[in-house]
Amino acid sequence: MEEQISGYRELDHTADWEIEVWAPDLAGLFEEAARGMYALSGARLDTRNPESRTIVVSAMEPEVLLVMFLEELLYFGEMENLGFDKFELRLEGGELSAKLEGGSLVSLEKEIKAVTYHNLHIRETGRGIKVKIVFDV
Amino acid sequence: MVNLQDLKKISDYEWEIPKSFRDDMQVPVRIFATRSLLEAVMKDRSLEQAVNTATLPGLVGHVLVMPDMHQGYGFPIGGVAATRYPSGVISPGGIGYDINCGVRLLASQIEIGEAEEYLNDLASALDYNCPSGVGKKGHLRLSVAELDQVCIQGSQWAKKQGYASEADIRRTEENGRLEAADPGKVSNRAKERGRSQLGTLGAGNHFIEVDLVDQIFDGRAASVMGLNEGFLVVQIHCGSRGFGHQICTDYVREFQGAVRRYGIILPDRELVCAPLDSPEGQDYLAAMRCAANYAFANRQVLAYYARKAFEETLAGKVKNWHLHQVYDIAHNMGKIETHKINGERIKVCVHRKGATRAFGPGFEGLPEEYRPIGQPVLVPGSMGTSSWVLVGTEGSMERSFGSTCHGAGRVMSRSKAKKTVWGEDLRKSLQSSGIQVRAGSMAGLAEEAPQAYKDVDDVVSTVAGAGIARKVARLVPVAVIKG
Repeated sequence: MEEQISGYRELDHTADWEIEVWAPDLAGLFEEAARGMYALSGARLDTRNPESRTIVVSAMEPEVLLVMFLEELLYFGEMENLGFDKFELRLEGGELSAKLEGGSLVSLEKEIKAVTYHNLHIRETGRGIKVKIVFDV
Repeated sequence: MVNLQDLKKISDYEWEIPKSFRDDMQVPVRIFATRSLLEAVMKDRSLEQAVNTATLPGLVGHVLVMPDMHQGYGFPIGGVAATRYPSGVISPGGIGYDINCGVRLLASQIEIGEAEEYLNDLASALDYNCPSGVGKKGHLRLSVAELDQVCIQGSQWAKKQGYASEADIRRTEENGRLEAADPGKVSNRAKERGRSQLGTLGAGNHFIEVDLVDQIFDGRAASVMGLNEGFLVVQIHCGSRGFGHQICTDYVREFQGAVRRYGIILPDRELVCAPLDSPEGQDYLAAMRCAANYAFANRQVLAYYARKAFEETLAGKVKNWHLHQVYDIAHNMGKIETHKINGERIKVCVHRKGATRAFGPGFEGLPEEYRPIGQPVLVPGSMGTSSWVLVGTEGSMERSFGSTCHGAGRVMSRSKAKKTVWGEDLRKSLQSSGIQVRAGSMAGLAEEAPQAYKDVDDVVSTVAGAGIARKVARLVPVAVIKG
């Protein structure tokens, strides 16, 4: 099933959206989670006039950092109509620095209200790390 | 994993998961469902989530689950949990990100025959006047000072601005204003998101629907509410938009640390909570009330624009185009209430997550005309199917902390619904059944297909059979506006 070294897939959830994300390391996991979230919401970008933003967030736990990172992306989408498809992420000592590049959201099919902490647990696998994320929609 | 054999049958409509089911349960779980509804939810994790909820510190009575239950995050949707005030806890996830998501019902004196030829125009006028869709901004752009007043005054702010009548306010839960809201406990980011979204519907399962009163079950209650068979009504279903989402997000994050500080051990970190009498708990309560008041004002502004759409389309064409408010009620909320538990009156914080307050006859907080019949309960069905008007009963006060169901409840995931139903086909099918549809996204429409939900009539018959609500009227849709 998981031929790729990193990726995401949608899981069945009765009311909300759930994705499983996997990658060799935390930075890869965060990037795939962002791509999965954008894919779920049907985001389409116009990158002809590229826009870039920087995020710096810190938290004691990687799970909290992951939620904060995705929340930042939702915020840029709602307030500035921006989405991103290039990510340069650095995680060090409980701090995430992210350089994001993307463009205007041409369309966004569905609204994500929030990124939840429901059963959120980043776990080691034989090939890297994995997490399941539930979005409130 | 909860199995059918783990449940004790109390009656045809009530089941219990005993406290002994899991060591960390503080109280039993009581489920309102028929056997077939129960079997349907065994396919997801609703009951496991109810058991997890039953571990919260300071719970009293039972954790309750309504027949429209389905899997959520942390609490199940359709969950009700009461914690002792002030020593128990409050859990932001147990109220939800869409704080005070709720339903408003407006009724008319327009017979369907009078308006039939204008329904297409009416749907377009509602769609035009009431902004809907992902991240949509509204007619208003509030300053931070104005937003603070919305937080404090709720619907009463809307009245001062000319968006509400005194009758609207009287017929809104808590008169559209929760006291002790403190905008100082709300983040700048939440305020930034809230400034441009007042008076917007949003997306997802939110909608404005024009319905026909199809059948009256309680003539006296219907008459008091001004509901007449064959006449049009309007439902508005939405909440506190990005403002409420951000407040919940902020406090769920903050409470990740609070549980450690207070030594609270939970099976799911989305259930994070803090003692009601702690600074964290008090701050969240004050911020949550801001979002609740914002949502009351939001539905009020939308009601104003729905009336405008009716006037634009129907004035001079029908005898009386006016819409009067039947009621406005929340189904995602935390409220401090007093309930009788084992014969003792106890002050509690009732978390209703996808459950509607359903106070019985005699409750002082109701408008005078509703006190003899009980509080109106508004239960929207899935798109294209019926919705219900119920009233609270003595039974709901005794057995469910004055609560009942809030909708049909999903049975099919959004991804499966999209694979099963093509949005455009659904729109055509609804149109051919005489239902006007305006939708921002065909994919979003497909996700909300009736097949993805339980039969709301079964859900309502269950709460009526269990005695935690009484049927008043059934509504059927003639026009649906979705984000």
